[in-house]
Amino acid sequence: MSTSVGVPAPATPWASSRRLAWLTIRAAVPVAFLGVLFVWPLFEVFRRTLDGSDDSLELLGRPSTLRIFRFTVGQALASTLLTFLIGLPIAHGLARYRFFGRSAVRAMVVVPFVLPTLVVAAAFQSLFGVLGLASGRWDLDQSLLAVLMAHVFFNIAVVVRVVGGFWTGLSRRTVEAARVLGASRSRAFREVTLPQLLPVIAGAALVVFLFSVTSFGLILILGGPTRATVETEIYRQAVNRLDFNAAAVLALVQLGVVLVLSAFAGKLQRRFAGASQRDGANHARPVDTRSRRVHLVGVLGLAAVVVGGPLAALIERSLRVGDGYGLANFTGLTDEIRLLPISPMEALGNSLKFALAAALVASLVGMLASRVIVSGGWLGRLLEAAAFVPLGTSAVTLGLGYLLAFAAFDLRRSVWLVPAAHAVIGLPFVLGAVVPVLRSIDETQRHAAAILGASPWRVWWEVDRPVASRAMVTGAGFAVAVSIGEFGATSFLSRGADSFTAPLAIFRLLSQPGDVLRGQSMALSVVIGLVVAVVALLLEFRRGDGVSVL
Amino acid sequence: MTLSKNLSTASSSPLLKVRSILVACLVMAAACGSTSGPEAAPDASDPETAASSTGTALTLLTHDSFAVSEGTLEAFTEESGIEVEQIAGGDAGELVAKAILTKGQPEGDVLFGIDNTFLQRGLDGDIFAPYESPTLESVPDEFELDAEHRVTPIDVGDVCVNWWTDSLPEEGPPETLADLAKPEYASTFVTQNPETSSPGFAFLLATIDEFGEDGWEQFWTDLRDGGMTVTAGWNDAYYGDFIAGGGDSALVTSYASSPVAEVVFADPPVDAAPTGVLTDSCFRQIEFAGILEGTENVDGAQLLIDFLLSDTFQSDIPLNMFVEPANADVALPEAFTDHGITIDNPRTLTPEEIEANRSDWTDRWVEIVLR
Repeated sequence: MSTSVGVPAPATPWASSRRLAWLTIRAAVPVAFLGVLFVWPLFEVFRRTLDGSDDSLELLGRPSTLRIFRFTVGQALASTLLTFLIGLPIAHGLARYRFFGRSAVRAMVVVPFVLPTLVVAAAFQSLFGVLGLASGRWDLDQSLLAVLMAHVFFNIAVVVRVVGGFWTGLSRRTVEAARVLGASRSRAFREVTLPQLLPVIAGAALVVFLFSVTSFGLILILGGPTRATVETEIYRQAVNRLDFNAAAVLALVQLGVVLVLSAFAGKLQRRFAGASQRDGANHARPVDTRSRRVHLVGVLGLAAVVVGGPLAALIERSLRVGDGYGLANFTGLTDEIRLLPISPMEALGNSLKFALAAALVASLVGMLASRVIVSGGWLGRLLEAAAFVPLGTSAVTLGLGYLLAFAAFDLRRSVWLVPAAHAVIGLPFVLGAVVPVLRSIDETQRHAAAILGASPWRVWWEVDRPVASRAMVTGAGFAVAVSIGEFGATSFLSRGADSFTAPLAIFRLLSQPGDVLRGQSMALSVVIGLVVAVVALLLEFRRGDGVSVL
Repeated sequence: MTLSKNLSTASSSPLLKVRSILVACLVMAAACGSTSGPEAAPDASDPETAASSTGTALTLLTHDSFAVSEGTLEAFTEESGIEVEQIAGGDAGELVAKAILTKGQPEGDVLFGIDNTFLQRGLDGDIFAPYESPTLESVPDEFELDAEHRVTPIDVGDVCVNWWTDSLPEEGPPETLADLAKPEYASTFVTQNPETSSPGFAFLLATIDEFGEDGWEQFWTDLRDGGMTVTAGWNDAYYGDFIAGGGDSALVTSYASSPVAEVVFADPPVDAAPTGVLTDSCFRQIEFAGILEGTENVDGAQLLIDFLLSDTFQSDIPLNMFVEPANADVALPEAFTDHGITIDNPRTLTPEEIEANRSDWTDRWVEIVLR
């Protein structure tokens, strides 16, 4: 905030009192949002469940607890590393080349994001079966490798779209200059491109890491019963042992770890922020030489294996009817079915409504918060670290928090709780995409605009928005996808039929034996995947190339 | 929303200002509206509002597996004038944990879905108000586990080992629980971790009932050495490792009613279930409903408990939740009489025993099977 406040007050209709009002709103909205929907519920949980007994310390000192924390952080680090190792080449290929189907590939990578873990696990298991990896020497079922593969599948979209989107807008001039001066391609990447990408990589890595830290279903199903994480342990202590104190102690430590990491990623982002040179233009080039064709085919092949494989397995299962194939599982989705309070399609309707509401709120709050964050100051740094924490908070903690906090206004059953929780989880995605882009804008541009008499809103509209709109769309798209796919917090909140979402329907369908139920759960998963792919495609086309749209 | 650059640079700042204010209001409403939305609690100081809200509306808190046919709860509204809002929130364990945590400020008036494996927790937590429904006459005494009637039995189901009939070993199906430990069965058996799965826990209890404190650990050691598979939850066992879902295990821990569901949800339709049930392995789960302490509408809540035991609700239970009615006067649907199986001597342990030993038993199980 310090920089903005320090701008000399221009002689314009924008008197200082209005400027102050604007600055206050800009900061107050995100603070109130996180305060009401995250900090307060968490505070209530800790206030009501921590008893300050010696048991808490004893629990933390236990070798098994340490082992759980080590494994949780270890698998999340490995997942993040692997996701970037595989995701960066794909992001690079998609950012660099213009080719037919590019939008479709970019849309496809988002699909995993909305798929419920139960279904993804089933798709992986059936893929392992087809590839002969389900038994014998290369048995991947219930292995750490299976978990890591699934995490890559889930998170690769963050790398491809957030890092890739940033990459597309990077100015090519410095790289070309380095190449002209004799730098090899890899040296130019290492010394010119990579430093410019670091801010966005730090943000994206944090998102992937937090997503992997709180992974629950995939670890239990693909990793097998021996692999406990902090997330599963919190659940076990709270629900199985009814030891709320132990659960709260673990949640508090989890919170601390996540907060420290968020602050560190923010620091990294700020440190390298000045390095990026963006000109907002689209630098994608045609695939016109043999070497470029080979490169592109390799990149697309990688994407096809990592993302396309499990998706193909899922589609195959959704089409299986009896001993053959057909569309019966899809046509049945509109029918009322026992077990579910509403038809699967109506549940999908709820999911879409919630996703739109959550994405809208996350985008608006994110837009305001990103300006505060970029302006710097203690509030900006605090907001930056705090906004990412919900993503690394266990669903049980958040669910219990809402239960306790919103009892105060008898809002526990409000239909708004679900989209509100989704907006909180969606916010980090908006910030992860937008903040690095805003940081790459030279602050003198904003100063110049302000001195020439533009209101803060106008400055944002003329300077920030054109550059950030692409990132805004990316972030909002992620918020939609995250909301559609969210299961953990949704299932823990108490809700009636009007809050019954598609992932809940899929979970319920898979709770009894029967071909119809399994078939429909797979079909519904394919449908929500398709919906998200279409949304991603539409955003892509509406935006066009080089035209800023929001 | 597509605004070209030219349009936006035109002198439209008044419009922009209005928009910015609108946007700010929207965000504020979204962020803070939850504290003052239209769904906020009715003003209790207004006697009319308070009276009508307690008199004509009830909230039924259930686990996620609760399901009824359309019109069933409406039948209650017709006869009593009370609207029922059904709210689900997690599985039975989560439901009970949440009820205990919100004791005194309950989320609803009546809770449905606490079973005998969690019952003691609910009783120890003092979350239920006693009520003896007149309809209890039709419920067998063995289902009434609380002498003080703080909870009322609503339905009964059994957790049993199922088999895939076409893929059994040459020896045929196992006949006793002890048979399962034989290598030919153990190697093709998939069950669930009792720490993360309710049927998994029920099956552990069945083995403790059969082999006793001294014998159950040896049985599980034999199962483990025989090559049994363990999953986290029911669905990854049944739909993952069991043959029904494309896996290669021929035996799975599931429910006595699973063969019925296999027929009801078959596609294309089938005449007989592809699965069978090991009756000696069955552990009985009884699900209860109770009036939550702190409700303002005790009379209405009591009517709702009566309704849950009535023919209308009880006859709707089997094909929705795949458990059997607790009311012995209610007939079972055809799918259950044709394809279901009655478990005459199910295994059981008292709620006190279960709660007192839960952590110890599951800890020892983890030590034996997973370490």
